[in-house]
Amino acid sequence: MTNLFDAFSGTAPSLSGPLPDPSTDAGWSGDHPKRVGFFTDTSVCIGCKACEVACKEWNLVPDDGTDASDLYRLTGMSYDNTGDLGASSWRHVAFIEDVRPHGTATPAHGGQVGGQQTGFLPDGLPAVHGGGNGHTPRDAATAPPDGGTVDLLALLPDGGAHGQQTPDDERDVRWLMSSDVCKHCTHAGCLDVCPTGALFRTEYGTVVVQDDICNGCGYCVPSCPYGVIDVRESDGGAHKCTLCYDRLGEGLEPACAKACPTNSIQFGDLDELQAAADARLAELHGRGVQEARLYGRDPDDGVGGDGAFFLLLDEPEVYGLPPDPIVTTRDLPEMWRNAALTAVGLGAAVVAAFWGGRK
Amino acid sequence: MTGHDANTELPERFGHAEGRANDRGSEKRRGRGRKGEQLQVPEAEFRSYYGRPIIKAPVWKNPDVPLYLFLGGLAATSAGLGALGGATDRPTLRRTGRFAAAGGAIGGTVFLIHDLHRPARFLHMLRVFKPTSPLSVGTWILSPFATFAAATAAAEVAEPVLRRRGATGLARLLRRAGNASGAASAVIGPALGTYTAVLFSNTAVPTWHEAHRHLPIVFAGSAAAAGGGMGLVGASVRDNVPAARLAVAGAAVELAAGEVMERQLGLLGDVYQKGRAHTLMRASKACLAAGAVGTVLGRKKRWSAALSGLALMAGSALTRFGVFDAGIASANDPAHIVVPQRERLEQRRSTMDQDVAPPDRTFA
Repeated sequence: MTNLFDAFSGTAPSLSGPLPDPSTDAGWSGDHPKRVGFFTDTSVCIGCKACEVACKEWNLVPDDGTDASDLYRLTGMSYDNTGDLGASSWRHVAFIEDVRPHGTATPAHGGQVGGQQTGFLPDGLPAVHGGGNGHTPRDAATAPPDGGTVDLLALLPDGGAHGQQTPDDERDVRWLMSSDVCKHCTHAGCLDVCPTGALFRTEYGTVVVQDDICNGCGYCVPSCPYGVIDVRESDGGAHKCTLCYDRLGEGLEPACAKACPTNSIQFGDLDELQAAADARLAELHGRGVQEARLYGRDPDDGVGGDGAFFLLLDEPEVYGLPPDPIVTTRDLPEMWRNAALTAVGLGAAVVAAFWGGRK
Repeated sequence: MTGHDANTELPERFGHAEGRANDRGSEKRRGRGRKGEQLQVPEAEFRSYYGRPIIKAPVWKNPDVPLYLFLGGLAATSAGLGALGGATDRPTLRRTGRFAAAGGAIGGTVFLIHDLHRPARFLHMLRVFKPTSPLSVGTWILSPFATFAAATAAAEVAEPVLRRRGATGLARLLRRAGNASGAASAVIGPALGTYTAVLFSNTAVPTWHEAHRHLPIVFAGSAAAAGGGMGLVGASVRDNVPAARLAVAGAAVELAAGEVMERQLGLLGDVYQKGRAHTLMRASKACLAAGAVGTVLGRKKRWSAALSGLALMAGSALTRFGVFDAGIASANDPAHIVVPQRERLEQRRSTMDQDVAPPDRTFA
């Protein structure tokens, strides 16, 4: 925020809209480093989760502790057992097993076919009709009816006699993998609403939590349109990806990008990454991969573009990303106006209640 | 997180229902309530990542935060009733208003600090003033309000003690100081009663954010019902007319604005039609209506005025709990994110085709 009171005017560029240099907007002097970011090209992601591990190792991020009732912490929905981003998961590899009846897949997989959306929730393994042994076909994402453990063998065709079989003549299977991360928004909701100043905009244009300032009020958590930041139960503080702020200062690339074996996670100056992403998109489209699209690349979107953006092969919501996120503070000037007017009305109502003196 | 409960469970469709082998075309939106419950909204098709929530639900604690909203609203209007009650020679209303303002503000502050996940650092709230953070603005509203309200209540207690001991000069000084700080808290009060609406609506929680035109009015009505209700409980029949008027008006506004909000939310309003939020809102409406009718009919009897006041306060508190629960349920429902945002994208696309300026908020 260059000017606190601009925030009330509704025209301040710092609340929404394109913003070429968020660091200067946040008060850094003009000679700060260029804005950096991630370009995550999911078309070459192999779902190895090296990024998750490297991030945990470098940043000393503890066990994410989700669902402690389950010893192995299996989500039971796909090979993704991290589930989502959170206070102790700063990289999260989404894994989608896209299974559909043979013939319904199109070049624009997941797009419109005959005017009808072909997309559906992938069913996991294996959506095969059991070999006449009477049990209902069930996929691994189906919770057992009695709430007990999933009998994985029973999920296999022929009751597990042959191991897994995929009759390719019946189904088309596609795996989508994407390493999700904090988007380091141009207009970051978490940063806007933080009441202590613990969240701040770095000289690299990234958004970082200062753990020694954060008092765990939790306001950033529901203000993130992507559901990235969260409060860690063990220490009460809000945590998220720092884009390896400490490594940047030493001229190193973030741990996840360093560890990525396929260069799916690319780190660099944001303008260069955007050019690389545009080129990659054109290349894929040229090769007939019409479903490829960039997500978070557009500086005109609801958060002013992301510092970490993606090349996806299906609609964003299939990866657990909001299709059209808008930073909540875009509407804040109007909200303050409404609340101020209502406050005046409330004060007038109290005075009016005394109207006419004593009866 | 702490304080989560039934509403934070993942939607039922997270675990796929049985018999979906033929449901290959699309994910159908399913009702989540008890069996046989009527669907309140038309089925909408949407895709998601295994039905998981997209945004994170607030980690604010229940009942800390809804109780703070209630107490803040109670204190907000009580301060005004206390100040004007003093100015118009209504001693019992003055006393009630002043004590309720101080009690509400101090109690609310305690709940707010307890809600922090690092409560020892509550003073960090005062490091900065940020207009973009309703919580920061609210801190700077609550802190002076609580200070003035507490000083006023202290003067209210100390003044008769000093007078009894013969220190009339000091007592007179104290009364003037109490009146001044009481007036200050009364002026700040309305801001305390409405900023909490911005606190909720300035989040990515769809049911809260899209109600940002309604929530301030609902919360202001709720604050008036609570403060007026408290006045009815504490003030004598001779003094309780202003409290009765404020309480009835507040209840009427809260009922009407709440109804309009639930309707205009459209798809996003479904969280008010099921689960605990539904129960809480229904109970709130019953309490508010009963309290308002009781006030109109029974203001002139001490016991019926007090009972009506209690009902109005209960209604006000239940509204806060209901809105809180609805927000948690909304955040946990991926449909609340995907469906409106898809509609928004489609509308923008179609209007862009016609070369018209894109509407960005014309959904829901």
